[in-house]
Amino acid sequence: MPENCIYIARSSAIAARALAGEMMVMNSADSTFFTLNEVATTIFQAADGHTPLREIVRDKICGQFDVDPVQAQADAEQFVTELSSHGILLVSSQPLSSETNREAPR
Amino acid sequence: MSLMSEVGQKAFNLGVPIAVHIDVTYRCNERCVHCYLDHDDHGEMTTAEIKDVLDQLAEAGVFYLTFSGGEVFMRRDFFELLEYARRLMFNVKIKTNAVMIHEAEARRIRELDVDTIQISVYSHRPEVHDAITKLPHSLERTIKAIRFLREQGLRVTIANVLMTVNSSDHLGVQKLAAELDVHYTLDPTITPMMDGDTSVLALRIPGEELAEVFRNPALVASQEEFCAPPKPPSAEDLEGYSCSAGHSFCYISPYGDVFPCVQFPLPTGNIRQQKFLDIWNFSPEMKEVRSIQAKDLTVCSSCSHVTTCTRCPGLAYVEGSMRGPSTADCEKSFYRTGVPTANMLRQGLSKPRTTAHLIQIRPIAVPA
Repeated sequence: MPENCIYIARSSAIAARALAGEMMVMNSADSTFFTLNEVATTIFQAADGHTPLREIVRDKICGQFDVDPVQAQADAEQFVTELSSHGILLVSSQPLSSETNREAPR
Repeated sequence: MSLMSEVGQKAFNLGVPIAVHIDVTYRCNERCVHCYLDHDDHGEMTTAEIKDVLDQLAEAGVFYLTFSGGEVFMRRDFFELLEYARRLMFNVKIKTNAVMIHEAEARRIRELDVDTIQISVYSHRPEVHDAITKLPHSLERTIKAIRFLREQGLRVTIANVLMTVNSSDHLGVQKLAAELDVHYTLDPTITPMMDGDTSVLALRIPGEELAEVFRNPALVASQEEFCAPPKPPSAEDLEGYSCSAGHSFCYISPYGDVFPCVQFPLPTGNIRQQKFLDIWNFSPEMKEVRSIQAKDLTVCSSCSHVTTCTRCPGLAYVEGSMRGPSTADCEKSFYRTGVPTANMLRQGLSKPRTTAHLIQIRPIAVPA
């Protein structure tokens, strides 16, 4: 799918909480447990289902962190692919419904 | 160290309450012979109050949330609370006797992505289990519920409390757990009742039987390691803390009282009167619990078991001092290793004393 059409949403099946700036994420279905660094946490929190990934990277990552935009987009896509393979993030070429998308974890 | 352990240690070091156990009710449909609770409702928190507590816990950084009781399904709003907790993205564990879980309830629990359901089973024999719960057909109903939960693919743990009246049945319960394809845990801890009544302590299994349990290859993976004599503590060991109670864990009662742990009945504040974080951060009692290092323990700091003992500061508190020994844990350390504890030696005992004088515990009085 074209990169500018990627929409991401947090799965409703997961548990998540921020601890000292890093996000703990757990999928109870398979007991996978992740901690996300600050950049990954920013993407995760912005995964509202209707903001394109490209926009998240541009506004939330490049705007806040000193990173190369092309590299940031590539890294974000890799991150999204990995978390979607564990059922943590849902990925679609269309905006995702709000039902799958709870309030951003604190 | 696993990633989860690392995160737990980080929360401990930062003083973040990463795990909270909340009893949503003390009411129960069973009347277990060893239960320490008063099952009457003395004004438990409303749905709105508990939701507010959950909001505060999420804000405070709580990740692991255990819903327990009493029996959680005695509350008609339990699924509403569960749904609310999952919307706040807690990792949720439920402790229940499962008697009220049928196919529809199991499906709803699955839909809400609950992590684990821990279910009390005392025996594989109905006549023993039902005599402990005092609820006819309770084992049959509990097992039926476990099957419903497993059909939904949910993770279930059977918790087997070991006492005099079921001490010979733990292997049968373990076999039952294997048949049901669920996890199994065994706990020989019996705690005094909330009103200070110690009569239930007569149900504690005798030390000699504890020794057999600790040497049972079906229960202990590496007996050589588990039962090894303790190593002398290092200076660093003596700087260590007892457990996560008050450091990264706490307990909230159905009436909003906040305690360092389920087994640590030291009132630190009431959530109906103060914000959770104000209690967690500023309660003098919570701070005191947090301050105690191994070197501060009045008897145990000189005990050879100090680094390996499961000493529970809550049980020690119930015996009279949170810095003192917990006799039940002295007993476990002795029967696990055969090495006398400092608490035994100072009393000139060749065997641990199995009953200790206990102070009476009362919940915090909340003005109407």
